[in-house]
Amino acid sequence: MNTDQKNKINLVVNSESKPYWEGAAKGQLLIRACNACCKAHHYPRTICPHCFSDDTAFVEASGNGVIYSYSVTRQAKPPYVIAYVELDEGVSMLTNIVGCEIDKIRIGQKVRVEFSEAGDGYALPVFTPA
Amino acid sequence: MGINGKSYIVGIYEHPCRAALDKTLPQLHAEIAKGALADAGLSKDDVDAYFCAGDAPGLGPINMIEYMGLNNVRHMDSTETGGSSYIVHVNHAAQAIAAGHCNVALITLAGRPVADAKEGKPVRYYNQQAPDFPFEMPYGPNVTNMYAMCAMRHMYEYGTTSEQLAWIKVAASHHAQHNEHARLRDVVTVEDVVNSPMIADPLHRLDCCVITDGGGGIVMVSPEVAKSLKRTRVKVLGAGEAPKHLAAGQVDLTYSGARWSGPKAFAEAGVTPADIKYASVYDSFTITVLETLEDLGFCKKGEGGKFVSDGNLISGVGKLPFNTDGGGLCNNHPGNRGGMTKVLEAVRQVRGEAHPKVQVRNCDIALAHGTGGLLGSRMGSATVILGNEAA
Repeated sequence: MNTDQKNKINLVVNSESKPYWEGAAKGQLLIRACNACCKAHHYPRTICPHCFSDDTAFVEASGNGVIYSYSVTRQAKPPYVIAYVELDEGVSMLTNIVGCEIDKIRIGQKVRVEFSEAGDGYALPVFTPA
Repeated sequence: MGINGKSYIVGIYEHPCRAALDKTLPQLHAEIAKGALADAGLSKDDVDAYFCAGDAPGLGPINMIEYMGLNNVRHMDSTETGGSSYIVHVNHAAQAIAAGHCNVALITLAGRPVADAKEGKPVRYYNQQAPDFPFEMPYGPNVTNMYAMCAMRHMYEYGTTSEQLAWIKVAASHHAQHNEHARLRDVVTVEDVVNSPMIADPLHRLDCCVITDGGGGIVMVSPEVAKSLKRTRVKVLGAGEAPKHLAAGQVDLTYSGARWSGPKAFAEAGVTPADIKYASVYDSFTITVLETLEDLGFCKKGEGGKFVSDGNLISGVGKLPFNTDGGGLCNNHPGNRGGMTKVLEAVRQVRGEAHPKVQVRNCDIALAHGTGGLLGSRMGSATVILGNEAA
């Protein structure tokens, strides 16, 4: 948590997260949904945090959402934008906003997913103004 | 089984150091324990319960029990909820004493982030095994930007301004000028805060707490032990604790876990926010205070900005004197954990032993609240309400 510099991506690929990262590498934003209660959740878990069913699966999200909140980490070189984006599917995810003028970012702004290189063939879902 | 009136705080100690280059972490814990027990008029052999959190080096409480030679411990607890841990410990100690598991409970906190940085020790890193870690750490969350997003959303929903947040720091600085141990003693203005460098929009440098070494300790006892001591006793009236998190992706950054810990504490104490004469409110950042005051019911949700403005938190000036030691924003935030010092100043206020310039008159009931972890993702919240013998 004490990273002032966002210069190193720490991808943790384990049995629960691996499909998520493999999807991102193929240009897909995956979220986890429950076949029992029909609700989506994020971050993805094997057991549904809504109803505790183990009948969950990854589904592809539309990749569209709006900025719920954001902040610019000014002391980092270069400064970067951290944000929660609320996806059209109804769950919010922590992410970065990229590819735009930092000072024009606003809460409520429509954004769409894109993928940034994360090493070892993996990619990181980030968002840019739609 | 309730805890109201079933235990007392009889000893406290705040380590005066703010940079501990010449002291080890276990040594700080032991100096604090010694100070708190001396304040109570008790010895280490009277201690039959020990409480500590993740700052204590070793396996939970065991290594510090060994180091300090606490030979009569029959109850122990190392609940870890970040900076709010010590307020959780007060609650748990009150429960354990009420249940007859112990009579004399010692709680310690110590840290040396300033010294560790100077010695080039690696910074404490978030647990890679945590389930959220793979999906969040790649985006560069840090303490400041995760609180900043709460402030940004609160401003968006309720029109809260940077100037209103700044009043929280201004009030803390008015109090800190009277505390000889405070890390920052200069009185600052709203302009000073909003003109200080932007760290993570919309939080400026002066919206952030200090980083200090040191720590603090508390001794809690049963009513029978309390009556045998000379020290002014402070009664534990009620307490509450609650987790708050991202709720499977239903993110709402406009409130904290105080929304649940507060009502529990008030109900048990049998009091309302209007009865609180003094409040210690966790102040890692100005926004932490603002959201917490709303959640505890001192004002309506969304009206925190108006509530904290114009000196309303300054002792002798406003309606709700807060953090009269200068708080984490100006005085002390030992080991990046501010819950302990919140309890200590609330005890001083109820005892009538705060600095005369900030002492609240007839302070019969006080509140202390802690927020551990990150307001912008997941946290442990804890509230305790304290009173004098008549309360």
